[in-house]
Amino acid sequence: MKRRKYIFLFLMVSGLFQTISAQVIVKGIVKDNKGNPITGASISIKDSYDGGTSDSSGRYSFKTFEKGEHILQITSIGYKTFEQSIKLESGILTIDATIKEEISELTAVVISAGTFEASDRKRTAAVLNPIDIVTTASANGDVTGALKTLPGAQQVGEAEGLFVRGGTAAETKIFIDGTLVNNFFQSSTPNVASFGRFSPFIFKGTVFSTGGYSALYGQALSSALILESIDLPERTSASLGISIIGVNGGYQRLSKNKKSSFGASYSYTNLAPAFAIFKQEQKYSQVPEFHSGDLNFRIKTSKTGMLKYYAYFNTSHLDFTIPSIDSLGYKDRFGLSNVNIYNNLAWKENLGKGWKINAGISYTLNKDKIKSGMKDNYKNEVVLNGLEFKTYDLDLDANYFNVKLILERKFKGLTALRFGSEYNYSNEKSVFKLFNGQQFPDRLKENIKSFFAESDIYITNDVAAKIGTRVEHSSIVNKTNIAPRFSLAYKISKQAQASLAYGIFYQDPERKNLPSPNALGFMKATHYIVQYMKVTNLRTFRAEIFYKKYENLVKTGIVNGREGVAINNNGFGDAKGFEFFWRDRKTIKNVDYWISYSFLDTRRDFLNFPYATTPNFAAKHTASLVIKKFVQNWKMQFNGAYNYASSRPYYNIASDSTGYKFTDKGLIPAYHNFSFALNYLPTIGRRDSKNFTVYVLSISNVFNLKQVYGYKYSYNGMRKEEIVPPSRMFVYIGAFFSFGIDRTENAVNDRLF
Amino acid sequence: MKKVIFILMTSLVGTALFAQGDNAPSEKYIKAMEALVPAVDTTHSIDGLTDLANSFERIANAEKTQWLPFYYAALCHINKANMYYTTQELDKIDPLMDIAEPLLKKAEELEKNNSEIFCLKKMFNTGKMMADPMNRYMIYGAAASEALEEAKKLNPENPRVFLLEGIDKYYTPEQFGGSKEEAKKLFKEASEKMESFKPASSIHPSWGAGQIKYFLTLE
Repeated sequence: MKRRKYIFLFLMVSGLFQTISAQVIVKGIVKDNKGNPITGASISIKDSYDGGTSDSSGRYSFKTFEKGEHILQITSIGYKTFEQSIKLESGILTIDATIKEEISELTAVVISAGTFEASDRKRTAAVLNPIDIVTTASANGDVTGALKTLPGAQQVGEAEGLFVRGGTAAETKIFIDGTLVNNFFQSSTPNVASFGRFSPFIFKGTVFSTGGYSALYGQALSSALILESIDLPERTSASLGISIIGVNGGYQRLSKNKKSSFGASYSYTNLAPAFAIFKQEQKYSQVPEFHSGDLNFRIKTSKTGMLKYYAYFNTSHLDFTIPSIDSLGYKDRFGLSNVNIYNNLAWKENLGKGWKINAGISYTLNKDKIKSGMKDNYKNEVVLNGLEFKTYDLDLDANYFNVKLILERKFKGLTALRFGSEYNYSNEKSVFKLFNGQQFPDRLKENIKSFFAESDIYITNDVAAKIGTRVEHSSIVNKTNIAPRFSLAYKISKQAQASLAYGIFYQDPERKNLPSPNALGFMKATHYIVQYMKVTNLRTFRAEIFYKKYENLVKTGIVNGREGVAINNNGFGDAKGFEFFWRDRKTIKNVDYWISYSFLDTRRDFLNFPYATTPNFAAKHTASLVIKKFVQNWKMQFNGAYNYASSRPYYNIASDSTGYKFTDKGLIPAYHNFSFALNYLPTIGRRDSKNFTVYVLSISNVFNLKQVYGYKYSYNGMRKEEIVPPSRMFVYIGAFFSFGIDRTENAVNDRLF
Repeated sequence: MKKVIFILMTSLVGTALFAQGDNAPSEKYIKAMEALVPAVDTTHSIDGLTDLANSFERIANAEKTQWLPFYYAALCHINKANMYYTTQELDKIDPLMDIAEPLLKKAEELEKNNSEIFCLKKMFNTGKMMADPMNRYMIYGAAASEALEEAKKLNPENPRVFLLEGIDKYYTPEQFGGSKEEAKKLFKEASEKMESFKPASSIHPSWGAGQIKYFLTLE
């Protein structure tokens, strides 16, 4: 018994002794390279269970029974893993560590000067969500409509397109999945802004650059709108829509293995019912009527690869008269029919070892048949003396082909190198037929070959630069340009950052002013942008100052009796201003609003301007307020928008023997537009529901205010008339249904993982 | 000879079995886990959950083939995200989910078709949705309810399925199909299932009793 006790005691003592000798206390402080303590860092002895967590002062301490050579590992999100060899013997081991910040998308500065992004990526530059494009009241479901509520874009109602920072609409180029889109908008009608061709629902990401954009894009003096199409749909579904302007239906099928999908949709638009209610300025013999269809397939070619095809087909017709300004009692007639086919094939894939490829091809066929003329009160076509030029037929037949290839190599952190090539081909045939049957056929071919390289350089999480160059050769001017681009971003604090952007941008003379009897060169713009941005939880503030210099703008004159022919590159101009943007989802509960304001001071001498002046598409002050409120109890979303533009100039330019002159000049009244939209979503929140329904009511110009976009002048310049929207107020009512079909049982397995 | 072959065969099978048994948890592992697992139910501070998550992650990284430490580490991060939701610090949710996601993925790779993992997937997707409900409802809301359905299908007796379903019903506005009454029924059901629930081992998921009690006392 005694002996047993003895043994027991011995065992206990030796055990204790062993414990004391084996136990090592590891302690220390974890700090970042600025000396700030790191809280919550995980400290561990690699491949063992032992370790600890640092407290709010960065201190840690833990016991371990491990012995000998080991590796102490410290990890913390946003920091590089720290490793140090240690020898565990006995007593206390103090290891203080300085861990370096890791460059990551989550914490790094974003190169954002000049850029607005609408995507679901959690990025500083993402000021809008994809859904905002659809739910902005004044946008009327048009992609570019929502962008007009952002600073930088003008409220121009008499023509389609984005007029950015003193630039014309032609100075903004639009890209889908990397490749240029040639006829993004429906064909133009005089003094009426036509809609975009594409549904906002086919895009998941939008980047709207109001200047200083990347070297990956070119041939736009002012702005690039970069749209990214959606990937595979969530599920197989059918959709149906009915509205005051037409009907549409579609079907999307997702394959069983969820690796591919295909779909098709068709829509028929006829404005007759709407025009019956809302009286139009124009008298239609053929109300605008559109047949549009699309086809798509998307194939997941590998874990990271995706092949997407999108095809669009459209035919449209319209024919109307308006009282002629040139001859009392007569009417001007305008007829337009359009056929447009657009195809886009895009492929992206990770090639491994940090390499990535993005390739795209697009092909467009566009045919316009325009009929212009005059009619008398009995709707008979007439040709009046001295106004014969108003009667003509214009047939346009255009083919466009664009290819783009981008290779990207990612390096450590977020540093990346991108380079590639782009080719734009256009072939436009036109036949201009005079009242007397005389025909003037014309053909214009343009080839632009471009090479570009760009690098994102992240020096630290706080400093990043994007340096790029683009080289373009255009057959139409037979010249080569070199366009450098540079931007720099610096993180001031956790939430605030400042950026700079500089770049040179070239663009071919517009095809509508060609051919020219003289040799021409590229038009050129130089951008300088300074930005400050602060993003806090649910609030965004952004301020920008810019200066844009235009050189070598095309001047036009009369060549062989034809007005508006490019004669030289002697035009010039500049634009300067500042802009603010504020979005707030926090201050008022369940209310999301944004305010934007732009100040623009611009002058230019281009086309047939007698001298440099502010063009008629540039207002000094523009502002927008957009409000969205979702009322849960009613399952309704209320959207309101107010758009303002201060007076824009108007003028009439006429020529005499000494050249062009402003024969009249003035300012149009300021523009005010209040819009309202209501979305009712009765199926939202029902978990078991596979169907989704939206009812939409939207009213533009709610208060029926008079809006004047400018003045048009008679041929002799003696009379002028206001250019006003086709109708003051417009109401849109629609219902959209989406039916989920065939939800496979283990859908969840590949949903997120 | 036949006997020799037989012995050889059995020994081969034996080694095969033994090799599989390599995956079997060591005593050290179970002890370490046993010390931590009960804390999952009782830790309600950000710092505490960070520490707990770190501890699970250390075990996970040392063991590499056990799904439970990955599961618990992810759970701690998701619980942290839920705490940020209650304080409406929504911008802190996504970074935590970015940590939780690979841990959850790893757990699923190691253990397929487990109701508990689908419960965690449900919590993950709900958490992602809560960071920006208006815009993420369509994707994450649907994924969350599908994960919960799957969890129920895999084990209809799992009390956490009913707890999670109850929490959904409790917090969803009535217009969207929420109901405090129905939630209460679900919490009761969860409570009953909890009483009869026997975890596969001392370290398998058995958490939730505290939360069920809390919701049952709410009016």
